[in-house]
Amino acid sequence: MELVCPAGNLPSLKAAVDNGANAVYMGLKDATNARHFPGLNFDRTKAIQGIEYAKTRGVKVFMAINTYPQATNWSNWQTAVDIAAGLGVDALILADIGVLDYVTERWPQLSLHLSVQASATNYEALSFYHKNFGIKRAVLPRVLSLAQVQHICSHSPVAIEVFGFGSLCVMVEGRCLLSSYATGQSPNTYGACSPAEWVEWKETPNGLESRLNGVLTDRYADTEEAGYPTLCKGRYQVGDATYYAIEEPTSLNTLELLPNLIDMGVVAIKIEGRQRSPAYVAQVTKVWRQALDACQANPTKYKVQSSWTQALAKVAEGAQTTLGAYARPWQ
Amino acid sequence: MKLTLGPVLYYWSREQLIDFYQEVANWPISCVYLGETVCSKRRSLTIDDWMNIADTLSLAGKEVVLSTLALLEAESELLTLRRICNNAQFLVEANDLGAIQILSTQGLPYVAGPTVNIYNPRTLEVLKKQGLQRWVLPVELSKTALESMQKQRPKGVETEVLAFGRLPLAYSARCFTARSRNLPKDSCQYCCLDYPDGRVLETRDNTPFLVLNGIQTLSAHPINLLSQLQTLQDLQVDMLRISPQPSHTKEIVQAFADCLAGHADPQAKAVDLESFAPLGVCDGYWHGEPGMTKLIAK
Repeated sequence: MELVCPAGNLPSLKAAVDNGANAVYMGLKDATNARHFPGLNFDRTKAIQGIEYAKTRGVKVFMAINTYPQATNWSNWQTAVDIAAGLGVDALILADIGVLDYVTERWPQLSLHLSVQASATNYEALSFYHKNFGIKRAVLPRVLSLAQVQHICSHSPVAIEVFGFGSLCVMVEGRCLLSSYATGQSPNTYGACSPAEWVEWKETPNGLESRLNGVLTDRYADTEEAGYPTLCKGRYQVGDATYYAIEEPTSLNTLELLPNLIDMGVVAIKIEGRQRSPAYVAQVTKVWRQALDACQANPTKYKVQSSWTQALAKVAEGAQTTLGAYARPWQ
Repeated sequence: MKLTLGPVLYYWSREQLIDFYQEVANWPISCVYLGETVCSKRRSLTIDDWMNIADTLSLAGKEVVLSTLALLEAESELLTLRRICNNAQFLVEANDLGAIQILSTQGLPYVAGPTVNIYNPRTLEVLKKQGLQRWVLPVELSKTALESMQKQRPKGVETEVLAFGRLPLAYSARCFTARSRNLPKDSCQYCCLDYPDGRVLETRDNTPFLVLNGIQTLSAHPINLLSQLQTLQDLQVDMLRISPQPSHTKEIVQAFADCLAGHADPQAKAVDLESFAPLGVCDGYWHGEPGMTKLIAK
């Protein structure tokens, strides 16, 4: 099983490579990728350095061009694809049908992965992308149960990659517009969710308030730790209750599911977090490398080590982890 | 421009659905989308029931389109989907690429619903080759984006725009309505039936923001594009969609129909319609702004 780790910049890429990643994924410095954050990502020069660093150490490099262009900005996505093709990356991670079509026509030799942003949650959808664009691998949205992942693995025409660790999208990726509803910018159109430029913090008599373009996402008492105001992770009022109405600020952690995922034929496990620090990337990559090695050496004796859990909890969002939808009994 | 009635997004009882569509047969509307698009656990009506309603509406002169689930995960959901796709009588609205795969493989035409991400002309072109007959503008796209799409639209493809109704904003594995009742999703007790207009989510300063509708999240404020009728006509939009709500859908349809027939002023009627949206309306996406904003009245 391949360990695919986030490379938000050159130091993170090196941290991933040095700590045991089999592959890293990166994006260019614009809205063509789903982590379009200030100060993040690669220009052409840095990308060349990163790819050189990874490849000389036997690590693959994937380029994410996984947002949705419109007629007015189409050329940016086309340029991103052309740059990536010239860099000799091992695969492109794509979501938009138009971009997939362009790559298939212009760069037919390139290996294509379907991004989680393409929202493919069933094998019929995967068959569509395989038939039309010859994708080799797909990353599944984080909404499927373990049984559903298994079912897809046994019916899919392409290899399957799943998320193993990191911030949790509770919505189907590629189909969540909450961010643009509040700010005008969404992962699909802009490559960012709840962008930092719209965030406002204010001390008030009611406590510390976080707002996103004026929308009150939460209010914190002195004793509470404030989290980033991602829209789906705020506290809201429904009926008489005030609570995390959509999702608690937790991280996904599937260490305990590793034997199952390997057994069902998942080919790669993805670590989320291109926006996180090189220290995060180093820590998470190191733990997952150890876990994967242990599991692959002896799957029946595999057991999650408490030292792994503790190390991951330190870097998890909200310092809590969950199995997310994987543990869901209901279909 | 023709008027269409979108699928009912909420969980209504069998009686409510049957009564509703009996009325719809007499409304000034050209096309009706039927079926469950949000949650496969909602079974007030069987596929056969839906087909009976489809026949009745068809006899009343309506074009009928069968809508399908936006989030397809389980094999049972794919089985239902295949049955709908193979109905051999009515056009199908695909709300996922899985449906497009099934329909296009058999050479069947289809409508691509608002959750199929058609953001650029090249995507439209690819899907046209796969049998696309009509597409619905993704709700976060603006009139500027639509203008570019219309200029490069392949011949024979119709364009539909959501003109009135709450905006579908997100889909999840989690049921937010069950969560709001402290029920696990696998024993949700079908509690969505208690909220035929969804459950309003307010921010902690009491501002209505979203509406929970099972696994779907909607905008609390419906979009209202009636005042933009002339622009929509100029952009050669073929169809305007009205999304059903538990009350006043008839009046909303009538207002659009009157304006289209030239019997009423769209600006004035647009203001009238706001009385059917007690939490307020929005139109930001249309103007390239945050979706929740309302610009027209300013």
